[in-house]
Amino acid sequence: MAAHLKKRVYEEFTKVVQQQHEDPSAKKLRLTKPSKSAALHVDLCKATSPADALQYLLQFARKPVEVESVEGVVRILLEHYYKENDASVRLKIASLLGLLSKTAGFSPDCIMDDAINTLQNEKSHQVLAQLLDTLLVIGTKLTENPSVRMRLVEVACKHLTDSSHGVRNKCLQLIGCLGPVEKGVAKEAESQAAKDVQKIIGDHFNDQDPRVRTAAIKAMLQLHERGLKLQQAIYSQACKLLADDYEQVRSAAVQLIWVLSQLYPESIVPIPSSNEEIRLVDDAFGKICHMVSDGSWVVRVQAAKLLGSMQQVSSHFLEQTLDKKLMSDLRRKRTAHERAKELYSSGEFSSGRKWGDDAPKEEIDTGAVNLIESGACGAFVHGLEDEMYEVRIAAVEALCMLAQSSPSFAEKCLDFLVDMFNDEIEEVRLQSIHTMRKISNNITLREDQLDTVLAVLEDSSRDIREALHELLCCTNVSTKEGIHLALVELLKNLTKYPTDRESIWKCLKFLGSRHPTLVLPLVPELLSTHPFFDTPEPDMDDPAYIAVLVLIFNAAKSCPTMPALFSDHTFRHYAYLRDSLSHLVPPLRLPGRKLLSSPVSPSITPHEDPSQQFLHQSLERVYNLQHLDPQGVQELLEFTIRDLQRLGELQSELAGMADFTATYLQCQLLLIKALQEKLWNVAAPLYLKQNALASAAAKQILEETYKMEFMYSGVESRQVVIIHHMRLQAKALQLIVTARTTRGVEPLFGMCEKFLQEVDSFQRCFISELPHMQGSFVDKLLDLMPRLVTSKPSEVVKILQTTLRQSTFLHLPLPEQLHRATANIIEPTGESDNPLRFTSGLVVALDVDATLEHVQDPQGTVKVQVLYPDGQAQIIHPKPADFRNPGPGRHRLITQVYLSHTAWTEPCQIEVRLLLAYNSNRSKASAKIPKSSWSESLEALPQPENGIEGTIPFSKAVKVYIMPKPARR
Amino acid sequence: MPEIKVTPLGAGQDVGRSCILVSIAGKNVMLDCGMHMGYNDDRRFPDFSYITQNGRLTDFLDCVIISHFHLDHCGALPYFSEMVGYDGPIYMTHPTKAICPILLEDYRKITVDKKGETNFFTSQMIKDCMKKVVAVHLHQTVQVDEELEIKAYYAGHVLGAAMFQIKVGCESVVYTGDYNMTPDRHLGAAWIDKCRPDLLITESTYATTIRDSKRCRERDFLKKVHETVERGGKVLIPVFALGRAQELCILLETFWERMNLKAPIYFSTGLTEKANHYYKLFITWTNQKIRKTFVQRNMFEFKHIKAFDRAFADNPGPMVVFATPGMLHAGQSLQIFRKWAGNEKNMVIMPGYCVQGTVGHKILSGQRKLEMEGRQILEVKMQVEYMSFSAHADAKGIMQLIRQAEPRNVLLVHGEAKKMEFLKQKIEQEFHVSCYMPANGETTTILTNPSIPVDISLGLLKRETAIGLLPDAKKPKLMHGTLIMKDNSFRLVSPEQALKELGLAEHQLRFTCRVHIQDPRKEHETVLRVYNHLKGQVFPFWGGGVLKDYSVQHLPDGSITVESILIQATAHSEDQGTKVLLVSWTYQDEELGSYLTALLKKGLPASTS
Repeated sequence: MAAHLKKRVYEEFTKVVQQQHEDPSAKKLRLTKPSKSAALHVDLCKATSPADALQYLLQFARKPVEVESVEGVVRILLEHYYKENDASVRLKIASLLGLLSKTAGFSPDCIMDDAINTLQNEKSHQVLAQLLDTLLVIGTKLTENPSVRMRLVEVACKHLTDSSHGVRNKCLQLIGCLGPVEKGVAKEAESQAAKDVQKIIGDHFNDQDPRVRTAAIKAMLQLHERGLKLQQAIYSQACKLLADDYEQVRSAAVQLIWVLSQLYPESIVPIPSSNEEIRLVDDAFGKICHMVSDGSWVVRVQAAKLLGSMQQVSSHFLEQTLDKKLMSDLRRKRTAHERAKELYSSGEFSSGRKWGDDAPKEEIDTGAVNLIESGACGAFVHGLEDEMYEVRIAAVEALCMLAQSSPSFAEKCLDFLVDMFNDEIEEVRLQSIHTMRKISNNITLREDQLDTVLAVLEDSSRDIREALHELLCCTNVSTKEGIHLALVELLKNLTKYPTDRESIWKCLKFLGSRHPTLVLPLVPELLSTHPFFDTPEPDMDDPAYIAVLVLIFNAAKSCPTMPALFSDHTFRHYAYLRDSLSHLVPPLRLPGRKLLSSPVSPSITPHEDPSQQFLHQSLERVYNLQHLDPQGVQELLEFTIRDLQRLGELQSELAGMADFTATYLQCQLLLIKALQEKLWNVAAPLYLKQNALASAAAKQILEETYKMEFMYSGVESRQVVIIHHMRLQAKALQLIVTARTTRGVEPLFGMCEKFLQEVDSFQRCFISELPHMQGSFVDKLLDLMPRLVTSKPSEVVKILQTTLRQSTFLHLPLPEQLHRATANIIEPTGESDNPLRFTSGLVVALDVDATLEHVQDPQGTVKVQVLYPDGQAQIIHPKPADFRNPGPGRHRLITQVYLSHTAWTEPCQIEVRLLLAYNSNRSKASAKIPKSSWSESLEALPQPENGIEGTIPFSKAVKVYIMPKPARR
Repeated sequence: MPEIKVTPLGAGQDVGRSCILVSIAGKNVMLDCGMHMGYNDDRRFPDFSYITQNGRLTDFLDCVIISHFHLDHCGALPYFSEMVGYDGPIYMTHPTKAICPILLEDYRKITVDKKGETNFFTSQMIKDCMKKVVAVHLHQTVQVDEELEIKAYYAGHVLGAAMFQIKVGCESVVYTGDYNMTPDRHLGAAWIDKCRPDLLITESTYATTIRDSKRCRERDFLKKVHETVERGGKVLIPVFALGRAQELCILLETFWERMNLKAPIYFSTGLTEKANHYYKLFITWTNQKIRKTFVQRNMFEFKHIKAFDRAFADNPGPMVVFATPGMLHAGQSLQIFRKWAGNEKNMVIMPGYCVQGTVGHKILSGQRKLEMEGRQILEVKMQVEYMSFSAHADAKGIMQLIRQAEPRNVLLVHGEAKKMEFLKQKIEQEFHVSCYMPANGETTTILTNPSIPVDISLGLLKRETAIGLLPDAKKPKLMHGTLIMKDNSFRLVSPEQALKELGLAEHQLRFTCRVHIQDPRKEHETVLRVYNHLKGQVFPFWGGGVLKDYSVQHLPDGSITVESILIQATAHSEDQGTKVLLVSWTYQDEELGSYLTALLKKGLPASTS
């Protein structure tokens, strides 16, 4: 046995080696192709027992098969299929057929007939099911061909009477995926079997096997997804399925009902056991609500989720979902919500609860109480109280969606959402806070509700608190007491968790600007001014005081009477804060003071925006003046770059655009400078030192091009071409410099070849863009290509040098929107003087908190770099869960970085920064190329620039003071 | 007709002393064995003499099932098993088995040591009794004997509470015990599958109540505690040792954790510590949150809650204390109450119902001056709050459970008669099932209609299904076969196999019938007429679910066949004008054959061709 195993190991091993040898060359591959299917044939013939044959097939399945040989392999497999007696081998062959017909580029219509034929004599149910699965694969590859689909559907219908559930399952799946969708075509090609697919599937709603019932419903849903309009008659059938014993069936039935309710919202259905009739969507809504108290939580989640998207439902049905008539001893009782509301409206808020306060009042008529309502009653009350948090989250989401479309419902569900702020699971709490924020423009919080909301500010979870701050930013508060309450609670929050500073200030900024009139009467109290006495000047560095001022100044912006209440030091503080926290403090029209920055009138649209015009003008200037003397060009470029950089600082919305162009011009400038070098005129041995500038320039240009390509979001392919072109120029420069500085020709051979390959791949990648690049470096280079390929390296270098000098400067078209990825590390702040002490050899966790803007796919690209004083660098990949997405284009990274080092004698600073990783394979250009042309053209050449990976630092480095102590023995 | 008999010995139209006798298919099962809180005489235990006057109970009962550890469900167990005498198996879940003896011991101590009763069960008896207990897992099917099997379902209510399904053959009963359909902070909601029992015996404590969301209550509770603690006041929460106390502990513990509060929380020792230990062990019985997080941290290992010491009551500063007993009638909770009552900053929160006459009841009803023993007058300045945290299903919950289980009959116990009336009426009205509410000692008989399983041979089944379309579960289907009843089992086999098994030769049974027809024509013409007549007929028979086209054939030898039925015509020997039609069929085709004869007897239509 051991010897056998060993032999197999060797076999496999040698196979792998062989593959490696064969792969690089396509020619060899082709040679091996016939041998592969032949090998399979031989193997299968050799097989003495079914187990052997199975082994061979399994081994065969591990390797991919080329498109050309698929058909041959299929034939061999089929041949063996007919001969084979063992069901398991046939099963494997059937599944291989399916696998093979999935091969890209292979059209399986040639094997379809054979596959259908095999069905005829098959006795084993499992093999039948597998064969039908194969047909499904074939069918999905040939969806364009209606006659094939017809035929397959017919086959499926024939096997629907099979006694095995597996076969019926697959048949239904096949009908669902391939059944005719277009009415017209179906009628034309009407044959006896493929009549009405809906009816055929519908007949199986009552199948005895729950799996088949589920498959039938799923097939129906599949038809719907493919665009077939389901008939309304199915509705009553589907309703019956809601009472099925099996949860999969119920779950699928809920979906089907939902689909139907969206298709026929307005049709009328009768209510059983009465003469009334209601809209279908209302009936379906009631039924799905009923499923929220189903026995299986899978169904409950499903039902709760779907409720959210039923927006056509009538409002009184909707409001019933929040209604649960309470009673105690058959007497009507009010809910705590109702009592709270009443207390609030009677002006007697927060009275202590007495025993019997909730004593039931009036008697209820026993006949009128309906304990199990068929309607929507209390669906959300149940959903929000569910045992499983998945259901609760689904219910909160549904509430959110319904409330967004119905303001009156939003008002009603408020109490319930506020209650959810106290859920035991943090996710649910967070979700309900987010939901509340989303519907906040529809609602105004009552004081008692605000009270409950604010209580959550003390939560120890930072996410919860920040979500709550976001919520408060866009909440409407009804009274000045409410504002005061919010402020007090926020300040309490600030003292308890000082790290929340920024978030609280921002929150107060919005709170102030939303409620100027409510803040006005509070101003004297908040600033603790007194009509007669001067009060001591508060400490300007106190975050709480700043918080109060942020609230007041933002309110004062739209309330001109407010500044009159300020005392002298308030004005001084205003001036200070306006400078230091300009993003939080708005410009105010203060008496006796001029506005420092002239407000930009909002009426100007971006198109006529002067700064934008300026940007374009300066660019025009640069592009037009390319034939000036080199000195002039350089100066002009320098000025323009300076202008653009300043513009980027002033106009935040144009910053991306300006930076991008400035970088590009910078590259151009460097290139020109490098070409101006004297070194080109001097004899080779003399300028060994002088080449420093040229090679540095080449290197820098390369770096900048990667930044341009990967750090900006919104870069289009037009820009990518230019960037790549610039990179090509840099590489040419590098080649020239190396050629000049190195002695000997040997290394040059390789470099030249590589460069030419790059030119070639550039041409292939951007073939469509080449016409726009008249007179450019590449354009000229491609003309000379035949010469280049045959000439020696030294000649190549010469040609390159002249082309580089003669080539024109390409116009960089600007995209609509361009944003530069930025990152800002909030924590660690780098201000601490206390070193972080830990025992050497052990680890210490450093909390890192950063905001990222305009980063695409941060989970994949953002890394944290830690640089130790000894030059050791460590790159940490944060977990995907550490990224949060508070808004479009914004991300937040909250993670922990583990530090460790050997013992130091002194505390020292390490640097923490964020990096943006890139991989040139992922570049937008290569993704654009259609696959087929890729593989064709690739045959001669290996893949260009095989995944150059690198990182761009995109945040300021923060210094952290650490001190690894030697371990005590 | 088989029947199920149910007799409540306790908890019939009453709360307390749960004890229900069920006899189902010849098996006798006792559900719960509780004591009554309201009585101190013989009435506190169920009247076991109802089962038998003399002799041991073991002979009359097949098993005893205890639903959960509350004393009104298990308090009489040692008395029943040791003093009356029962040696059969007692079934309960693992947590119940663990916690039950602690409570019984406590109950014994109070009754014997404090009240000085004699003739009560001893500690040893409790131990002996617990030895007879068989512990079961959730959803585990336990075979009590060959026919009787029981299965436990999760019931919420308290740790380890379970609903039990009792099944004999096809007949089954589900007993819910006490259950809760809304999850709380430490337990999940009751759940049962669609087991369609013949009878569901359900508690109905809150038959006429629909409760508000628990979130409001919880929030109120937390807010009150939080405010008082922030003010620097002390909070006293009198609790019963088990159940609610743990829920409130979890509630406060998580709140403290969430809000980063520092004030100490104390739990007066006693039973509780032992019980908490079991809560830590039986994590699988708790709710989703605790189950999911226990890998990081067992929620019952409280970080903020510490054991209470008498001396702590005088410590300055805020604190929260849980103390027993729950009604402030004696013990530690009362002592602490007396110390703290004078300060208006303090607060007492009563989390449950208080019996009349206790201090708890007095302060809840608003009394501010209390007369303590020794003529002392205690002025209550502290705030008094009431928070109800009950773990029974409300009316909606009961209905929901009925909907989940889909029983054929419902029987209500553990509730007040008046309230049951209402629920009974509702159940009958909405589910269209009959509902019963027997009083103690009253026997309810429920007729069942059990389905009798019959084994069918595979060959026969395949043959019969091949004839028609797919078998439809909802429709009855006609099939031919032989039913063999042997050794208490039923088998349906094909006739051939039955013959083989019985060692009999097959006999063919043919019915023949002569029909006289007045027809002067020749025989073959008559035959032709009959043939044409039958050809035009549509036979109203369903073969395997569809109307089959019967093949009517005219054979060359002058006879007609309709499927296997043969018709021949001969002239009457005496009267040539009368033709005799001979109709012959096998017994399998009886239906068709008799139809044909009837048809022919009506005569042929006047003249067809």
